[in-house]
Formats: sequence, structure tokens, C-alpha cells
Amino acid sequence: MSYAIEAEGLVKRFGSTVALDGVNLAVPTGKVLGVLGPNGAGKTTAVRVLATLLRADEGWARVGGYDVAKQSTAVRGIIGLTGQYASVDEDLSGTENLVLIGKLLGLSKAAAKVRAAELLAKFELTDAASRSVKTYSGGMRRRTDLAASLVGRPQVLFLDEPTTGLDPHSRNEVWATVRGLVDDGVTVLLTTQYLEEADQLADLITVIDHGKVIAAGTPHELKRRTGGQSMQIRPTVVADIPAVAAILRELTGLDPIIDTDNGVLSTPVDNPLLLSTVVRRLDDAGITADELGLRLPSLDDVFLTLTGRTGSTTPATEGSLA
Amino acid sequence: MTTITAPTTHIGPGAALRHGLALAGRAVTKVRKNPESLLDVTLQPIIFLLLFVYLFGGAIQGSTDAYLQVLLPGLMVQNIAFASLGTGMALNTDISKGVFDRFRSMPIARSAPLVGAVLGDIVRFVVTLTVLFTVATIMGFRVQTDPGRFLIAVLLLIAFGLCLCWVSVWVGMLVKSPQAVPGTLVAFIFPLTFGSNVFVPSQSMPGWLQAWVDINPVTHLTNAARGLLLGGDWVGDAAWAFLWAVVIAGIFFPLALRAYRKRVG
Ligand SMILES: Nc1ncnc2c1ncn2[C@@H]1O[C@H](COP(=O)(O)OP(=O)(O)O)[C@@H](O)[C@H]1O
Ligand SMILES: [Mg+2]
Repeated sequence: MSYAIEAEGLVKRFGSTVALDGVNLAVPTGKVLGVLGPNGAGKTTAVRVLATLLRADEGWARVGGYDVAKQSTAVRGIIGLTGQYASVDEDLSGTENLVLIGKLLGLSKAAAKVRAAELLAKFELTDAASRSVKTYSGGMRRRTDLAASLVGRPQVLFLDEPTTGLDPHSRNEVWATVRGLVDDGVTVLLTTQYLEEADQLADLITVIDHGKVIAAGTPHELKRRTGGQSMQIRPTVVADIPAVAAILRELTGLDPIIDTDNGVLSTPVDNPLLLSTVVRRLDDAGITADELGLRLPSLDDVFLTLTGRTGSTTPATEGSLA
Repeated sequence: MTTITAPTTHIGPGAALRHGLALAGRAVTKVRKNPESLLDVTLQPIIFLLLFVYLFGGAIQGSTDAYLQVLLPGLMVQNIAFASLGTGMALNTDISKGVFDRFRSMPIARSAPLVGAVLGDIVRFVVTLTVLFTVATIMGFRVQTDPGRFLIAVLLLIAFGLCLCWVSVWVGMLVKSPQAVPGTLVAFIFPLTFGSNVFVPSQSMPGWLQAWVDINPVTHLTNAARGLLLGGDWVGDAAWAFLWAVVIAGIFFPLALRAYRKRVG
């Protein structure tokens, strides 16, 4: 198997902060790697090292077979980057931004204009193409940014939290774009705080926390490997949720994930026998449940087991990690 | 999967210049969209012109009209020097923006963003010279030579400004906030522009100051500009000024590039 992105033992320190503490990554050509982790985990730092914007203090990385430190120009020739914060010029229009990038990449003015129009159309930005980017909504900026990173038809694409802060419509659009690029053979590394996003898009997931890889594998493997199973409880009376949560916390030592919309609590469990204990405890407390059972854990459960913290369940709950 | 270019491993000077020009185009577009960014290079020359001609002109030269004639060429030099301060400030602001990450993730010359900013500043130089010249003409200034020599003067001034910009770029890469650029450079730009023959002839100064004024590139450039606009010798002074400009660029371009690399990684 050939790898479009490979990294071993990446260490990056900022003063006394260790942003990357020996990160290993490998993404086979044409696959999508989801780098999952809470705020401050080191996702952006990892992306910046791989995209040649930062030099690692230790370790090495290759993108498309080129060393990011020693052959950075060659790496830059094959990558596209959409940073966590908009990396387009606010003063310029959408068209001007994309044409500038085309020209910098060696296209003639005419060819750059054609490419810009093509990408703006693809991202439904044609109507706003001649307006300054500073008048764009958050979703439009994100799409402009994504379009900008595609001007050079990259073989490897880095997307740092591409859907953070986007409305569901824009998010689906970004997801569809990523899937389309993968169909064209592009290798994608995307970071996300959203388990759902990683589950939806990624062939492989690397979970990082505090600069360390704490788990890696396919979404299926991850669900199997960690925590065995997940227990789901839906109390008949919504007001019983706190009481049920307290019982689960006492038995597992973890804060359960509470889905208030559906009135469901879930928590990872190693021991299937726990189910009968829970049933007895609920009985003692006089709480009835409409639903009570075990299933394969969701990525939320995986995250909870791995980090001891709750991940964001859906992109709609942005900022819940902060 | 087709790529636009085969993987680039080396960027030659031709490509580097093309990248610099593309980014200079960006700078010009930004000026066009934010004309208020030209306020410093339009208001200051007018203030200096009015202030010096009407306030000091009579005392220094005996008549405001005569003073305007000798002052304008020197003010052109001084304002070019001040306009060059803007490059470092603008770059300092610019590199903290996300768009710089994009440039840095692209296979373009490392120097391109700096070269682009400096070349883009030609617009500011042209604007400051135009404003100065227009207001002075209304006040009664007249070129005594021909359009050819006038053009040489303008080109010489712009070339000098382009070289001087690298000092401000260097400082802009070292200081934290854009406002610190003029603050830091005051110690450099004041002796350069006021310690010259722009405002008064050096004969009236004490010996030590005269010694500095006589080697100051601003003095040579002012002499050259006076010769080119009012008549008289200019070649020798122009050569000295040009030599100075090349030396300044030769020292500060590498320093600026190194500071930039260090700053942005
Ligand atoms: N330029 C920097 N200077 C100092 N600390 C930094 C810098 N960039 C990141 N960090 C620190 O490194 C850690 C990892 O940050 P980051 O890679 O941005 O995480 P993530 O993208 O996963 O939220 C954080 O503790 C952050 O504060
Ligand atoms: Mg980040």
C-alpha cells in the first residue's frame, strides 16, 4: 500500500506547551483520514507541520513521498490547505482571490479566470463572486476557502475543521465535496471535533488528545476496540434523567452522554453483567425505563472512554467542548 | 488525477518575480478598494508643503515663492522616505492574516510576499508625488527644465523609495504591532530627512552636522532632484544617491528576508 501522508514521532513544542508529543500518522493514497480530538489536542499543529507551515522539533513526515522539511516546495506543489481560520483575503472578491491563486500557481490570466469561475459555480458562489469576501456569510467564506485550496487540483488536501460553525446545509455541501474529491483520487486529511463527521467521511480515524495519538483505526475497529459495548437508557419520565445519570456515574465512574432531545442516556460499559445491576438499581429507585439495552458503541462513547471527556455529539452543538 | 504543474522542486528568479508581481497586483487592488489607506501619503505632503512654505519660507529664503522652488524637490525625497514606512506596517498587519498561511502553503518563492508588498508600494509613491506636485503647482511651483528630466527625477525617487522600503520591511518583521514600525524608525528617518539639505542649506549648520548632511543620501538625492527640476548639475549626486540606494537594499533585503523566514517559520 502506498501512503500519501506518513508521519512518525512528530514533536512540536511552543515554549512549555507540548502541542505534539510523538504523533504517528499514515494515510493510504486516495483515503480520508479523520483526525479527531478536542480543542487544544494538537490537530491544527499537526496539519501545519504536514502542510509545511511549521517545522516539527522532532520526527519526520512525508507527503506524496516528499519530506515536509527538506522538500517543502515539492510538498507545496501537490497539497491544498484550508486552515481552521479563513485563509482568503477579505478585501478581495471571491473571483479576485481565486484568480490570484491561479496566477501564483502559474496559470495565465485567462486560464486563472476560467478556473475561478468553474470553482465558484461548483460552490454556489457565482452570485457573490464579484463582492468583497468580507461581505460573505461564514458558510460562504468557508466555501471560498475550500475553493481556493482546490485551484491547483491538489493530490493531497488538508482540511482543518472544515465544517466548524457551518449550518447543516453548508456542512452537507462540504461533505459532498470531500466525497467527490475522494472519487477523483484525492487523499484527504480532515480534522474535526465532531464524531459524526469523522464517522461519515473518514476511512480511517486517528484520535489525538494532549498531542498524543490515543487510538487509530477504521471507525468500526475503534468502536469494537474501545469499551466493548454501550448501554442506552430512556427513562419513561424525563425528570428521572438526573437520577439515572447519577446511578450510571456511580457504577461506571464516567459521566454518561445525555441526549436531551430524545431523552436517552448512554455510557460505555466493559462488563455486560452491569446491565442487571442497573436494572436492579433503577427498580430500587422506583424509576421505569421505556428502553434499556446494550449495543456497539458510538464514536461518542469511544471518545468518552479514551479521553474521559465527552465529545461533541453533533455539529449543531458547536462550542460544547470549550 | 492531473495537476497544473509537475511537482516543483526549485523556484527560479523568473518565477519568483512573477509571483512577486502577482502579489503586487493584490496590493494595488487592496489600495483601490480602500482608498483611505492612502491618507498618510496624501495629507502629510500637503501639511508639510503649507507649513514649511508659509511658516518658514520667508525666514529661511526671504520669500515664500523662492523657497517653494528649492523646497519641493527635497520634500519629494522626504515624502518618499516617509511613504516607505508604510510597507513595514502593512506587511506586519498582513502576515497575521490567514491568507498568508495560504501563500506559504503554495509553491511560490519565499520572497514573493515581500517583493509583492514593496512593488505594490509604487502606487503609494506615485500618489504622494502626484499630490505634492499638484499642490505645489497650484502654489506657484514651476519645473524649469524639460519633461524628460522631470521623468528621470520621478524614476530616481521611486527607485530610492523601493530600496528604502526594505528597512521598513525588516523592522516590520521584527516588531510585534504595526504601529511600532514608524515608532522604531523615527530614529532612522528623522536624521535621514531632517539632517539633510531638504529644508535649509548645510552652510548654516555646525561642522559635525554638515559632515553628516554632506554624505546623507537624502542630500544627494535632493541635489539631484533640484538639478533635474530646476536646472544644473545632477549626474554626480544622482550617482551617489543611486549607489546609496543599492547599498541600503543590499543590506536590508537579506535582513528582511531572514527576519520574515524567522517570523513566519
Ligand atoms: N503558536 C502557538 N504558540 C503557543 N502555543 C500554541 C501555538 N499554537 C498552538 N499552541 C498550543 O498548542 C496546543 C495545541 O493547539 P492546536 O494544535 O491549535 O490544537 P487544536 O487544533 O487541536 O485545537 C494548545 O495547547 C495550544 O494552546
Ligand atoms: Mg485547531
